[in-house]
Amino acid sequence: MPAFVLLLAVSLIAVIFDIIPVLLAALLSALTWDFFFIPPRFTFRVTSAEDALLLLMYFVIALINSILTHRIRRFEKLARQKEEKANTIKLYNTLLNSLSHELKTPLATIVGAADNLLNEPRRLSDVNKRNLVVEISMASLRLNRQVENLLSMSRLESGFIQPKKDWCDINEMIYAVVNRLEANLKNYDLKIMIEENLPLYKLDYGLIEQVLYNLVYNATIYTPEFSELYIIAKNNSNRIYQLDPDDTMQSRIARENDYLTLIIEDRGPGFPEDELEKVFDKFYRLKNSKTGGTGLGLSIVKGFVEAHRGIVILENVPHGARFTIEIPTEVSYIKNLKNE
Amino acid sequence: MNNPEVLIIDDESQIRRLLEITMESNDYAVVSAPSAKEGLRIAASHPPDLVILDLGLPDENGHRVLEKLREWYTRPIIILSVQSNEEDIVRALDNGANDYLIKPFRTGELLARIRSVLRNPTSSNGHAVIDCNELQIDLAGRTVKKNDELVKLTSTEYSLLALLAQHEGKVLTHQYLLREVWGPGFINQSQYLRVFIAQLRKKIEIDPNRPAHILTESGVGYRFVARE
Repeated sequence: MPAFVLLLAVSLIAVIFDIIPVLLAALLSALTWDFFFIPPRFTFRVTSAEDALLLLMYFVIALINSILTHRIRRFEKLARQKEEKANTIKLYNTLLNSLSHELKTPLATIVGAADNLLNEPRRLSDVNKRNLVVEISMASLRLNRQVENLLSMSRLESGFIQPKKDWCDINEMIYAVVNRLEANLKNYDLKIMIEENLPLYKLDYGLIEQVLYNLVYNATIYTPEFSELYIIAKNNSNRIYQLDPDDTMQSRIARENDYLTLIIEDRGPGFPEDELEKVFDKFYRLKNSKTGGTGLGLSIVKGFVEAHRGIVILENVPHGARFTIEIPTEVSYIKNLKNE
Repeated sequence: MNNPEVLIIDDESQIRRLLEITMESNDYAVVSAPSAKEGLRIAASHPPDLVILDLGLPDENGHRVLEKLREWYTRPIIILSVQSNEEDIVRALDNGANDYLIKPFRTGELLARIRSVLRNPTSSNGHAVIDCNELQIDLAGRTVKKNDELVKLTSTEYSLLALLAQHEGKVLTHQYLLREVWGPGFINQSQYLRVFIAQLRKKIEIDPNRPAHILTESGVGYRFVARE
């Protein structure tokens, strides 16, 4: 009986520790058994040949047990590493596919258009020359946007993003984004609803502007023209969405009372219910989505909002999709004071 | 009048070619240098009217080059930077750069910045009235008119507008504006600046949500533009 208890102990040790402590445990347990249970007790002496055999057998069993357990662990670890590697490769391939498409399309346009202009300047009509130059210009801007996205993503990946918070005028930020996207938005029925007397918020202007830009830009890419598009900004003293009760972030957030809520809502096709969760994943692209896009836009949105300890929620609403962003932040109502 | 001379310090030959073509076709005389050492040497032996300096040079940090130039060179310097790193830009502006451009930049923007920094500062100060189409700012009389109607401004609003307008075309950093208008104790009180800029826009802009005169330079400061 005591031998089995000792064996169990050795096995447990083998599950937890490395090979050397396990061998040591096997040896020590054999000595313990000898010392306490093999007569004459409380000595290391073994008198009968039968006891000597038992002790030897115990020692061998303990050794085999521990070595086998250790081996199984090693195999499991190898299998796990292999699986992780396979996942990384899969992710890498997805990245390469979407990237090579997204980067090579504008590059092909630039190279081709420039070749045409260089080699056949006389055969090209003035209109076509101009068109080629316009193509070069558009392709370069597209390339620039993709590179910016990749840089943002790698900043997020490296854990390098430290929001540089300063007082922000949300009204100004929303209109800055809308003005930048003027060409994309001209055929949409844009409705901007900003709560009156919205306070100033302490945010990283550049990051949150990028969040808004990505969401509004996405809406103009994936929803039909002439549909409605809403940008809503309001202050909430109590957040609408509660975090997971066992989320450790909650206790920290609970201390701040004000939340900036930004809502981007469209009247497009919405998202397939089973993909709602995945769209924020890096490089994730909706099944059946049209070409273009790297699948980075929404993961950047999520990363930048989370860098502010905020949350972003996507849900389908009747006739469209709604992104809700909530950011806990300091507010300043100085805006509403009579100045001077 | 002679064509203004521009010195380009940038290690990328493609960018140098692009700048050379752009500027020569707009009647500037161009000299270029591929390194900090060469650039500093040319600037010292034959001081140009304007320096365009890339911050990412192989042989020496661009900020250091800027400091060295500013020890003696008083004419305008425009900084080129690859990343839109606001801290980097604010640092360069505080160290005496007159303006900045982020690669990739549009040619129109580049030329506008050059024109703006080369405009003789004393002549614009000499004008008592800054005229920007529908808006007139009378610096002598301390009055502002929009569509020939007097705009009522508080004295802080006026000081802010006058400061921006006197540096027409140039980006002024948040800290600079706070220090000049409110005083050195206020350089971290950017909420005042936000509120007063919003109020000024409501009063002087035709559409305050699409400002044509007081432009935001995200994370850096504000820029006053008289007319498109």
